[in-house]
Amino acid sequence: MKAIDILQILLYLVLLIALVAPLGHYMFRVYNGERTWLDRVLNPLEQLIYRLTEIETEKEMGWREYAAALLVFNFLGLVLLFLLQLGQGYLPFNPQHFKMVKPDLAFNTAVSFMTNTDWQSYSGETTMSYLTQMAGLTVQNFVSAATGLAVAIALIRGLTRRTSSTIGNFWVDLTRSVLWILLPISVVGALVLVSQGVIQNLSPYLTVSTLKGVGQTIALGPVASQEIIKELGTNGGGFFQANSAHPFENPTPLTNLLEMLAILVIPAGLTFTFGRMVNDARQGRVVLTAMIFLFVIFLAICYIGETAGNPLVSSLGASGPSMEGKEVRFGVANSVLWTTVTTAASCGAVNTMHDSLTPLGGLVPLWQIMLGEVIFGGVGAGLYGILVFVILTVFIVGLMVGRTPEYLGKKIESAETKMATLAVLIPAITILLGSALAVATKAGVSSVLNPGPHGLSEILYAFSSGAGNNGSAFAGLNANTLFYNLAIGFTMLIGRFGVILPVLAIAGNMAGKKAVLPGTGTFQTTGVLFAGLLAGTVLIVGALTFFPALALGPVVEHLLMLYGKTF
Amino acid sequence: MLKLIRRALLLLLVMTLLTGIFYPLMVTGLAQILFFHQANGSLVYRDGWPVGSVLIGQSFSDPRYFHGRPSATRQNGYNAAASAGSNLGPTNKILLNNVAERTVRVRTENGLTQNTPVPGDLVTASASGLDPHITPEAALLQVPRVARARKLPAQKVRGLVEGNIEGRQLGLLGEPRVNVLKLNLALDALETGTR
Repeated sequence: MKAIDILQILLYLVLLIALVAPLGHYMFRVYNGERTWLDRVLNPLEQLIYRLTEIETEKEMGWREYAAALLVFNFLGLVLLFLLQLGQGYLPFNPQHFKMVKPDLAFNTAVSFMTNTDWQSYSGETTMSYLTQMAGLTVQNFVSAATGLAVAIALIRGLTRRTSSTIGNFWVDLTRSVLWILLPISVVGALVLVSQGVIQNLSPYLTVSTLKGVGQTIALGPVASQEIIKELGTNGGGFFQANSAHPFENPTPLTNLLEMLAILVIPAGLTFTFGRMVNDARQGRVVLTAMIFLFVIFLAICYIGETAGNPLVSSLGASGPSMEGKEVRFGVANSVLWTTVTTAASCGAVNTMHDSLTPLGGLVPLWQIMLGEVIFGGVGAGLYGILVFVILTVFIVGLMVGRTPEYLGKKIESAETKMATLAVLIPAITILLGSALAVATKAGVSSVLNPGPHGLSEILYAFSSGAGNNGSAFAGLNANTLFYNLAIGFTMLIGRFGVILPVLAIAGNMAGKKAVLPGTGTFQTTGVLFAGLLAGTVLIVGALTFFPALALGPVVEHLLMLYGKTF
Repeated sequence: MLKLIRRALLLLLVMTLLTGIFYPLMVTGLAQILFFHQANGSLVYRDGWPVGSVLIGQSFSDPRYFHGRPSATRQNGYNAAASAGSNLGPTNKILLNNVAERTVRVRTENGLTQNTPVPGDLVTASASGLDPHITPEAALLQVPRVARARKLPAQKVRGLVEGNIEGRQLGLLGEPRVNVLKLNLALDALETGTR
C-alpha cells in the first residue's frame, strides 16, 4: 500500500463529499422551482420549449400518467436513434463515410443509450458518424440521465406528499434536469477537458507520417462534448472503443480526476437533495453514509487485488503490479479508483480493461453491478435504487420488531413492499436467467474470448452490465453477434423499466397515504445503526442472490491463479 | 394518447436540436477558438509536417529509438483509428505466452541477463493500445541500447531521459512517466544538433 495512492484516493473522496451539499442544494432549488443564478438565461429558453411542445407545465400527473409519458418519450428516443444509425450513410457530418449500422447492432445500441446503459458492441471510431455520435448518442446521454433524475424526484415527492394523487410533471422534470443541471455543467466541463487535450473538432481522420516514416491514421471527432455528459449522466459510452483509456478521451491524471468526479457528483449530491426535500437532512445523510461505507469496502478489495498483481505474470520476470489493460499515466491507484467508481455508479465508462483485471480486482466491478448499483449509483437511478433498499430494510426491521413499518411518517404496507421486491428481483432474475441461457447455447459460448472460469465471468458480466444499465464489459466477449445484440438488448430494457415502473408505482402509492405520527415503536431511519442495517441489507441480498455464480467465476479463478493453473 | 405522443415527439426533437446539434457545435466553436492546439489533437510538427500526436503512442522497434509499450490494436499495434486493449484474462495462456516472449525480447535487445526483472509496463499491452507513455524505469533500462545504436555517450542519453520524465500532475496526481514520442523527437534533435 503506497502512501501516494492513498492520498490520491482520499483527495477524490474529499472533493466528492465537499461537492455534495452545494450541488445537492442547487438541485433542490431547481426541482422546487426556486430561483437560481442561471434563471435569467434559462427561464426564457424553458418557456420557449414549453411553447413549442405545447406542454402544460401546471398540470400534475398521477404515477400512471407519469410512467406513460416517460415510456412514450423513451420509446420514441429509441426509434429515432435506431433510424439515425440506419440512415447515417446518407446524412451529413460523416467525413469517414461510415455506412448504415446493421439492424441488430443498431437496435442494441439504441436500447443501450436510451436506457442509460451505453453497452457498446460496436467500436465508435470505426462505426459511428459524427452526426450519430452527436445527435443520437449524446442526446440520449442527456435525456436518459434526465429520465433517471425525474424518476428519483418523483419518488421523493411520492414519499413527502400527503393524500395526493399526483407526483409531478414528467415533461417539466425532464426539461429542468437538462437545462439547469446537465447542460451547464457539460458546457463548462467539456471546455476544461479540451484545455487538457481532449479533442473537439469535426475534421476527417488525419494520416501522419510517423518518426519511422510509416503512416498512422488518427481518429478525430467531437469528443469532449460527449465525454463530459457520458460521465456526468453516468452513461459511459465511449466515443472511441478504448473509452476513457483513450488518450483523446482522458489525456491526463487531472482529466481522470475530473471525469471520476463527474461520474459520482450528481448521485452523491442527490442524497442531499433528498434530505432537503423530505425536510430532514439526516435522512439524506444516512443514505450517503451507507453508500460511502460500501464504496470503501469495494475499493479496498479492488486495490488489494490489483496491487498484489498476477503471480503468473510476475513469475515470468515482469516487475511491478499488473499493467495488462492499464495505462501508465493512471497506474494502479487511478485505475482501481475509476473501476470502483464507474461500477458503483451505473456509468460503465472505463479507463482500464476490466477483462484483464486480476480475479479479485474484476470481482469488484461485477459484484457492485449485481448489487443494483446503489452505492451512489446512476444519476437518479442510484437514489431511487437505494430508496427501494431502504423500504426493504424498514420492512425487514419491522418484521423483526413486530410492528408495522413506517418510513418518513408513512406506513409501508404490502403493496410497496411487493413493488420494492420486484424492483430488486427483476434485474437479478434477468442476470441469472440470461447468463444461464448464454452458457447453455453455442451462440452464447462461442463469443467468449478467455477460457476457463474467466469465460463464465465474461458472460455473467455482460448480463449484469445490461440488467444494471452499467455498460462496462469484460470486453473480450464478442458481443456484436445476433444473439448478444438481441439478448443484451432485451436485458437492458427489462433492467431499466423493470425497476422504474415499480418505483413509480411506489411513488404513486406513497403519495396517496396519510401521515402517521411517529410513536414509541417507530424505528428511527437515521443514524449509524440504520446506515449499517441498510448497507447490510444491500450486501446480504446481493450475496444470497449471486454468491453461487460468483464462486464459479472470479472466486474460483482467483484460487486457481494462486495454485498456478492456466487455461 | 395522440396528444401525449405528439408532445413526446416534439420534446424529443427540441432536445435533439439543443443537446445534439447546438451544444456540440457550440462547444466545438469555443474549443477551436480557445484551445486550437488541444482541440485538434495536440499534433507535433517536424519541419512543418505533422509527425503524430503527443497524446498518441507510435510503434518503435528500431534499436535507435526508445520503445513504447506493447499494443493490442489491429495491424501490428498503435492503430490510432481502432483503439483496443488485449482483453486477455489473468489466467489466459496467450497472455502469459505474450508476456514471456516480450520479456525475453526486452532482455535480449537490451543485453540483460535472463533473470533481470523487466518493468511490467514494457511487457504488457496497454488499455487503449495507444498509451504514449512508459515508466521512467522502462525508459532508463533502454538507455545503454539506444546510446550504443546511436554512438552517443550513455550519460547524454540518460540525461535526456531524465529531462523527459514527467512528474505527477500538480505534484500529486497520476504516475511519473516518460512520453516516448517526445523523447524520441528530442533524441533525433540531439543527433542533428551534434553533427
